[in-house]
Amino acid sequence: MTAGFPEAARELLRDTQLRRNVEHATDVIRRRRDQAAGEREDWPQLREAGSAIRSHVLENLDTYLLQFEQACSAAGGQVHWARDAEEANRIVLEILTRRQIREVIKIKSMTTEEIGLNAALGSHGISAIETDLAELIVQLGHDAPSHIVVPALHKNRQQIRELFLREMHLDHLGDTAEDLTAAARTWLRRHFLNARAAISGANFLIAETGGVVIVESEGNGRMCLTLPQLLITVAGIEKAIPRFQDLEVFLQTLPRSATGERMNPYNSLWTGTTAADGPREFHVILLDNGRSRILGDREARQTLRCIRCGACQNVCPVYRQTGGHAYRSVYGGPIGAILTPQLHNLERGASLPYASSLCGACYEVCPVKIDIPEVLIHLRSRIVQREQHTFAGALGVWNLGMQAAARVFASGERMETAQKLSRKAQRPFVARSGSIESLPFLLSGWTQSRDLAPIPQESFRAWWARRDKGKS
Amino acid sequence: MGIPPAAKGLPVRISLFIACYNDTLFPETGKAVVRVLERLGHTVDFNPAQTCCGQMHWNTGYTREAVPIVRHFLEVYRDVEAICIPSSSCVAMIRDHYPKAAEESGDVRFAREVESLLPRVFEFSELLVHHLRVDDVGAVFPHKVTYHASCHSLRSLHLGDVPLRLLRNVRGLELLPLDDIDRCCGFGGTFAIRNADVSSAMLAEKIRSVLNSGAEVCTAVDNSCLMHLFGGLHRQRLPVRTAHLAEILACTADGAGQ
Repeated sequence: MTAGFPEAARELLRDTQLRRNVEHATDVIRRRRDQAAGEREDWPQLREAGSAIRSHVLENLDTYLLQFEQACSAAGGQVHWARDAEEANRIVLEILTRRQIREVIKIKSMTTEEIGLNAALGSHGISAIETDLAELIVQLGHDAPSHIVVPALHKNRQQIRELFLREMHLDHLGDTAEDLTAAARTWLRRHFLNARAAISGANFLIAETGGVVIVESEGNGRMCLTLPQLLITVAGIEKAIPRFQDLEVFLQTLPRSATGERMNPYNSLWTGTTAADGPREFHVILLDNGRSRILGDREARQTLRCIRCGACQNVCPVYRQTGGHAYRSVYGGPIGAILTPQLHNLERGASLPYASSLCGACYEVCPVKIDIPEVLIHLRSRIVQREQHTFAGALGVWNLGMQAAARVFASGERMETAQKLSRKAQRPFVARSGSIESLPFLLSGWTQSRDLAPIPQESFRAWWARRDKGKS
Repeated sequence: MGIPPAAKGLPVRISLFIACYNDTLFPETGKAVVRVLERLGHTVDFNPAQTCCGQMHWNTGYTREAVPIVRHFLEVYRDVEAICIPSSSCVAMIRDHYPKAAEESGDVRFAREVESLLPRVFEFSELLVHHLRVDDVGAVFPHKVTYHASCHSLRSLHLGDVPLRLLRNVRGLELLPLDDIDRCCGFGGTFAIRNADVSSAMLAEKIRSVLNSGAEVCTAVDNSCLMHLFGGLHRQRLPVRTAHLAEILACTADGAGQ
């Protein structure tokens, strides 16, 4: 069955500090995003264009990936194809081991989080240093990212200060943003200067030119992309865009949606290698890891349009209560609720498509118009149909209840009978106060915090019939 | 969008889809809808063959099981002029998902019937303001009221200020704003049961907003949200009542509809 999210959420809901942090951070980003998107009169057109470009890419992904491979190779890059996480990690390991590299610096990358790259490197004695401030906080705290764009959003300044004091072995540290970033800067600087290799993700792969794009706010990315001699980029195959010019759409919608900035402070774009500047050696690993399977599902394919802005997480009323860890995946919130179970072919994360009230706030803000509620329903229906094929699923309370309800809704007479029966059945549960305060089994979820008015003696249809009779 | 608005003032024959949960749990809402429409001089029909729009099954992933319910709905309302539904989530189900259900069936007649149905479907406040072109129904309700915008009314039907226009014209009614009006109350159908803890946390936040508004009554165009709000308010013995928009609009000076 679908256990997972509800249990994890129950735990996290007890953490009032975390909930306050998530609430505060998402409120701030959401307000900025609304302002940044609102000041563009052509926002609807930009969304439309973004959606159209991404859809077009997905319909022609084979063409664009081959085009990218060719252009990138021609410019001096080396392109690798990885079927899954294991293969991608093995390729990275081979490249690093061949050069006897023991330490790499990293740009914030959800894709490398997805494949568990740091752990894979660690088990072979290679340490990966996260250089994005939030990722550094997550790494030092042996924590997991809770947001696509702001991975340490669940921590507040005081918590970060304590973490830095402990992990960086500092005697004194103030708690202003400036104090904390200064400490991180000092900590990171020696890694930047000593690193022989860097690993990045990618925001976009430009098929036409073979270029790779990274947008960021802190400049740590720029350091990683320019200082070391060796650069490895791990990118999901869906990251391709056809032309350089297509960036005109995404470089507007991505920063405005993600952080509420008109433009990212650092926009890095590189194509292969360049003599006497930047890395001498550049590898791109194109990662499938379940993506081509998602591509094969006509209704869920739109999931891959995602440009990882995190806007859906910031507006989601469910995410707001629990933060990202409840999703038990690097991808939390609404996009995680559809992406995670699909990446695992519904074998993991099957409770996630139900972790939504289908309020639609995510669809409203999505800069590439992914109809997340529609995909959630589609995934629910795939899960239901799969469960109906199992003995336990077919005889489960949800299935039996839904089958019974479907039979009731087949005719007005049946519904009338069901209403009469329910009125009788509720009697033992009506409290002295006149309302229902406790229900058994599944319905106990409702009465844990909510009362229910009992079913009235006369249904509307009964009233109508009585009134009709009175008239004639 | 819909069929052309009715000629102002001329009586219209309106077929009511009460919605399964209103029929069973909230009959007063249906009676209030009938009272308002008849008071305005229109004729209301109720076909007792009606059952459900199929939303619960569809949204829970029982999409195959929803299809016969959808087909039953089409049959019941095949020949009627205009359909009034006092539940925006049912209207959203019909507008957003019936076309898809038809498309997936590959049945051309099914698709044609959905196409003919859609322009005739109206949410209750939409019917009054857009189709019947009335925003003052002559109601009297001397209370402090706040309006909760349900997610479907907001993001699927795009009702905007339609319900508010009706409320502003109610004599004696003091309309108080609700904070974070675009945030879900946490009902979400089976979500409230399956993810009861998160749903309850969402409700707690919404109840705080309702209390902050200072209203005596919280209204909406969906009894599903109101049932949720009532559940929390009643459990905590808080002195705020819930009432569907139709129940407020049904109230008149002579005390009828109270």
